[in-house]
Amino acid sequence: MSKEDYAVQMRGITKTFPGVVANKNVDLDLRKGEIHGLLGENGAGKTTLMNILSGFYKPDEGEIYVEGKRVKMHSPKDALKLGIGMVYQHFTLVPEFKVVENIMLGMDVVGKKLSLKATANLIEEQAKQLGFTVDPWSKVADLSLGEQQKVEILKVLLRGAKVIILDEPTSVLAPVEIAGLFNVLKQLASQGKSIVFITHKLNEVMEICDRITVLRSGMKIGTLNRSEIASTLDIIKMMFGVEAEPALAAEVPKELGKEVLKVENLVVESDRGIDAVKGVSFTIREGEILGLAGIDGNGQKELAEALSRIRSVKSGKIYFKGEDVTALSPADLYLKGVTYITDDRISEGLIQDFTLAENVVLKDFRKNGVKRGLFIDWKKITENGRKLAEEYELAAAKPNSLVQTLSGGTQQKLLVAREIGGDASLIIANQPTHGVDAKTTAYIRKKLIESAAKGAAVLLISNDLDEIFSCSNTIAVIYEGRILGILDRQSATRENVAYLMIGVKKD
Amino acid sequence: MIDPILTMFITFILASMLRVATPILLAALGECYVENAGILNLGIEGIMLFSAFTSFLGAVATNSSLIGLGVGLCTGLVLALILAVLYVTLKSDQIVVGIAFSLSAIGFTSLYFRILYGTTLPRLPVKEWIVTVPQLADVPIIGRVFFNQPFMVYVSIALVPIFYYILYRTRFGLKVRTLGENPVVADTAGVNVFLYRYIVMLIGGMLAGVGGAYLSLYQVSLFQDNMIQGRGYVAIAIVMFARWNPLKILAGALLYGGAEAFAGAIQALGYLRTIPAEIVLMLPYLITIVGLVVLARRARFPPAFARPYRREMR
Repeated sequence: MSKEDYAVQMRGITKTFPGVVANKNVDLDLRKGEIHGLLGENGAGKTTLMNILSGFYKPDEGEIYVEGKRVKMHSPKDALKLGIGMVYQHFTLVPEFKVVENIMLGMDVVGKKLSLKATANLIEEQAKQLGFTVDPWSKVADLSLGEQQKVEILKVLLRGAKVIILDEPTSVLAPVEIAGLFNVLKQLASQGKSIVFITHKLNEVMEICDRITVLRSGMKIGTLNRSEIASTLDIIKMMFGVEAEPALAAEVPKELGKEVLKVENLVVESDRGIDAVKGVSFTIREGEILGLAGIDGNGQKELAEALSRIRSVKSGKIYFKGEDVTALSPADLYLKGVTYITDDRISEGLIQDFTLAENVVLKDFRKNGVKRGLFIDWKKITENGRKLAEEYELAAAKPNSLVQTLSGGTQQKLLVAREIGGDASLIIANQPTHGVDAKTTAYIRKKLIESAAKGAAVLLISNDLDEIFSCSNTIAVIYEGRILGILDRQSATRENVAYLMIGVKKD
Repeated sequence: MIDPILTMFITFILASMLRVATPILLAALGECYVENAGILNLGIEGIMLFSAFTSFLGAVATNSSLIGLGVGLCTGLVLALILAVLYVTLKSDQIVVGIAFSLSAIGFTSLYFRILYGTTLPRLPVKEWIVTVPQLADVPIIGRVFFNQPFMVYVSIALVPIFYYILYRTRFGLKVRTLGENPVVADTAGVNVFLYRYIVMLIGGMLAGVGGAYLSLYQVSLFQDNMIQGRGYVAIAIVMFARWNPLKILAGALLYGGAEAFAGAIQALGYLRTIPAEIVLMLPYLITIVGLVVLARRARFPPAFARPYRREMR
C-alpha cells in the first residue's frame, strides 16, 4: 500500500504527563474506509493517543501524517481543518443549547458559515441519509444518550470529518441503540470514511472492526486483521499480557483465620442512580487476599465506596467481625480498623496542597499521641511523617514536602503507607498500583501481602490479571455489578478469569 | 387635570430614573458578555472608578467632555486587557484579583486626585449632551422623560436589543455562550477559547469605562473619592438576577435607577425631616439585594463560571 492509501499514520508518538507515561513510541495506521478498533485496558493510553490525533494534546515526540503528508497540529481547530473529528466519551455538547446550535458551532472553521435554518436543513438531510431522524430544534438536554450520540456524529460529519474517532461509544447505549450505531458506522466506512473505534468490549470488536490495534501500558502491542483473530482470547492475551506467569511477589498466606468481612446481597447505586452493584455476597477472612478482577466500570468503585461507607447502601448487609456496620459512619468504621485505598489518589486520597506529614495524620488527628487538648502536636506529626517516609522508602520525600511536588508513584506509595501502615484489620484496596511504575508496583504488592501475613483481610480490586494472580489467595470476578464466580487461587486459570471478566462463563 | 406638582414629581423621577440607570446599564451589558463567557470580573468597579478619574482629567485638560469620554473608554479597554491577562492567560483566581484591583483603584485615584489638584476643584467644560427631540419633547411627562435626555441614555438603551440579538442570534454570541457552558466544547469546535475571552473582557471594559466616565462627566459632574459607590457590584448583581439576558438587564437597571431617582426626589422635596436620609439612600441597594434574593435564587449559573480554562488537565 502506498502512503496515500492511509487516511492517517501516526509514528513514534510519545506523550508524558507529570509522573505518568501515557504513550510510548506508539505507531498507528488508519486505512481509508476501515473501522479500526483501538483496544486496551483503562489507562492503556487509548484516549491520550486519540486526543493527540484530534489536536487536543500535543505529543512530546512523534510524527503524524494525513493522507501521506506530514502535519503539525496545535489545536482541535487544526485537526478539524484536516478532517479529523472526535466523538468524546463524555459528550462535548452543551445540554442547554438546541441541537442546531451545538452543530453550528465550529462549522465556520471549515468554511461553512450558515444560518441556523440552513444548518437545520443540513442536519435533517445528513440524518436522513444515515437512516435516522433528529429534530434540530430540540434542546440537547431533552434527548436520550443515544440520540445525543447521533448528534455528536452528525456534528463531526457536518464539520467535514473524513476520520471519525469514537471513544467508547457504546458505553452509554442500550443494546438496540448499539445495533443502530453499528449500522451508521458501517455506512460511513462504505462511504470511504475511516473510523477509529475505542473500546474494551471484545464482542463489539469482533462484530464491527476490520482491524484492531492493542495498547497496553501506553505501548502498542500489535495490530491484527479481523481475519487473523481466531478467538477473543487472542485479544485478551494481548490486552492483559497473559503469556507469562510472573513469579509471586511474596508468599501469600495459606492458613486463613476468622471471618473479618461478610457481605450479603449488597445493592449499591451509582452516581446516576442506576444499580451499579446488583446483589453481591462474599466473605473475607484473616490472612485472605480476595482479588476482585473485572474490567473497569463494572461496579468495583461503587462496591469499594459502599464497603468503606462513603457511599450509601441501597439494600443488603455488611458485617465486620460479626457486627452489622451497614449504617456506620466512615470515621467510626475507620476507627474499628477498616481502611480504604481509593483509586483516585489525586482528588480523593491525598490533599495536594498539604505536606506529606499532614497527609499522613489526616485520618488520625483524633488519636491520642498527636492530640493535646484542643491542639495537635506538630512535632509528633512531623516525626510520624519522617518515620513513614523512611519505612516506605518514599524517595527524596521530606515530612514537609508538599504532596503535589511528589511523583505519581511516590504519592501512591504514601497513600498506601497511610492506609496500611497502622494496624488495619480490613484493607479495601481499589487499583492500588494503577498508573505507577513496575518497581513501585512490586513494592505495594509486597506490602499488601505482608499485611495479610500479619492477619489483615484484604479486598484487592484490580483489572490487572498479573496483580490478581500474584497477590490473591482467592479470586472473584465482577461483571456488570454481579460476582460471576469466586475461585480458589490454585484452581483458577488466567483464561478462565479473563473469560469471566467479559461475562462469559465457561464450564 | 392632574395635580401639577404630582406631574412634576413623576416626570422628575422617571426622567432621572433613565439617567441614573445609564452607567449601571452600560456596565451590566458588558459584564453580561463577560459572565456568559465564563468570567466573573469583580474588577468592573475599579475600571469604572479609574475611568471616572481619567475621563475627568482628560475633559479638564482638553476642555472637551467628548474627549474626556473617549479617554474613559480607552482606560476601560487598557484595564480590561490587564485583567484579562490575569484571568485568562495567568489563570489567577478571579475573585481575589477582581476585588484587589477594585480596592486598589480607590486608593490610587484618590491619591492622584489629591496630588494633581490638592483641595482645589477644577471646573469641567460645558457639556452639551442633552438631545432634545423637537415637538415630541413638549408632550407632558413622556416628552421630558424620553425625548429630552443626554445622548448616552439613548445609546445605552439602543445597545440593549443589539446586545440581545448578537448574544442569542449570531455565531459570535453562540461562541460566547458556549465558553461559559463548557470551554472544552468550544475548544473542540475550533473556537479559540483564550481569544474570545479576551474579546468579551475588552467589550466589558469598554462599557464599564464609558459608564464610569458618564458618572464623573455628567451625572455627578465632578470627581470624588470612591465615587462609583458600588455601582459596579450592583451591575454584577443585576446581571445575575437578570439571568445573563440583556433585555432583563434593562429591567434590572431601570429598577435600580428608579430607586435611586426616588431617593433623590424624596430628598429634593424635603421629606427628610420625617425620614432619615440614610434610609432613603439605602433604597437602591436594598432593592438590589431583594432582587438578588428573590430572582437569583433559582438562577442557573454558566457551568464554567469563574473557572480558568486549561487544555491539558490531568
